[in-house]
Amino acid sequence: MPIIMIFYYVICVFLAGMLIWNFIREKQNKEDMLLYLIVLIPVVLRIFRIR
Amino acid sequence: MSREWILKSIYIVIIMFVIIVSGIQFYNHRHYDVPIPAGPGVTGVVKLSDYNKNLKGTIADTNVFFMEGKEAGGKVLIFANTHSNEPAAILTALIFIENAVVNKGTLIIIPQFNNSGGRNTKPGDGYPLYFEIPTEWGAKKFRMGNRNASPLDQWPDPDVYVHYPDRQLLSYLDVRNTNRTWPGRAKGPLMERVTYAAMELMKREKVDIAVDIHGAETMFPVTNCIVVPEKAMRIATMTSLMVKAMEGFENHVEPSPKGFRGLSHREIGDFSDTMPFLLEAPLPFLDQPTGPKTVDLLLKGKDPFLLSLSKQKKLFVPYDESGWPMEKRVGQHCSVILEILRQFSRRASDRAVAVGNVPRYAEVVKNGVGFYYHDPEKAKKENIYYN
Repeated sequence: MPIIMIFYYVICVFLAGMLIWNFIREKQNKEDMLLYLIVLIPVVLRIFRIR
Repeated sequence: MSREWILKSIYIVIIMFVIIVSGIQFYNHRHYDVPIPAGPGVTGVVKLSDYNKNLKGTIADTNVFFMEGKEAGGKVLIFANTHSNEPAAILTALIFIENAVVNKGTLIIIPQFNNSGGRNTKPGDGYPLYFEIPTEWGAKKFRMGNRNASPLDQWPDPDVYVHYPDRQLLSYLDVRNTNRTWPGRAKGPLMERVTYAAMELMKREKVDIAVDIHGAETMFPVTNCIVVPEKAMRIATMTSLMVKAMEGFENHVEPSPKGFRGLSHREIGDFSDTMPFLLEAPLPFLDQPTGPKTVDLLLKGKDPFLLSLSKQKKLFVPYDESGWPMEKRVGQHCSVILEILRQFSRRASDRAVAVGNVPRYAEVVKNGVGFYYHDPEKAKKENIYYN
């Protein structure tokens, strides 16, 4: 795997972490809670090298 | 548990369900292999990485079928699924691999040229993951691929793809498009390595003719045609005239533009002694203003919106209630390839290539594509290859 690709996977993991962290922190807004998880779907699929 | 976490738990379960269900489907699609029973004409199968070691061990490596005749002659390379969402190409290639008997010269066939693209899909456009071709022994299942290689294999994309060696600026997506990365580099991005390997194959094997099989939208002017550079124009013109006169279907000739770089019909001709031919058959599935992108649309090519557009003369091909079924597209490709070989052989008798047992247009339309595929269950295991 080229180094640039490894960097992008690291960015993906960071992004997934931020989305999960924001999901946990969100207390009130139900819509935002769901949106954080929806945005997480393609990121998770990429991290696990499925899509 | 607080109300907040009850709601969050419900959300997590729903999203996990979506990830698992879609993930399993994507995973199975990427790892599904199509069995290819080698026909009587196949004399050897090698890997594309034999021509560029930098492909070895990557998903872009793919099978190369050699079909050598008893008599020496010219060499012809046929490669399919440069764009894996244009599946008439692989269906045509498999008809050759499973049936052709080479009497003179050599056929070299790569049925899944962009192997990564063949394991990619386009869920945003509602592409089906698979399609099936009915045969006498059951349905033969194929992956429906994508135009470009999977980002799992080549990522990230640049902002702009700077073509090698001309430095022409192309769309960022074209870095994963094996019809923009010709002639390629040995250690370039993965798709450049694929096209470089094919260039090496043509040079080392002294290939006379290369045929790149495609499909194109009915609303796109470069459809139902043969795209060629100057040096292949005479053979393409004769081929076009002959199939029109003898078999009754249109297949006009389009000149390969000199200023548009990276395409097989331009770079193969410019960077080797091989004469390239790019075949396009109409593919209504790729048109934008259609109904849902179903398997039915892919195989039958029938769409009410295209029919309406046809009546307004907005299409570049004849289109009526019968659509553009797969049989017509594959039949055209078979006939055009055989006619190119015949025209070439007439001009260069010392490099002639004679191929038998491949159906022409009328036979494929009459019998269907599946008629020419053999049951892998009944074939010897050592004769089955997976792509």
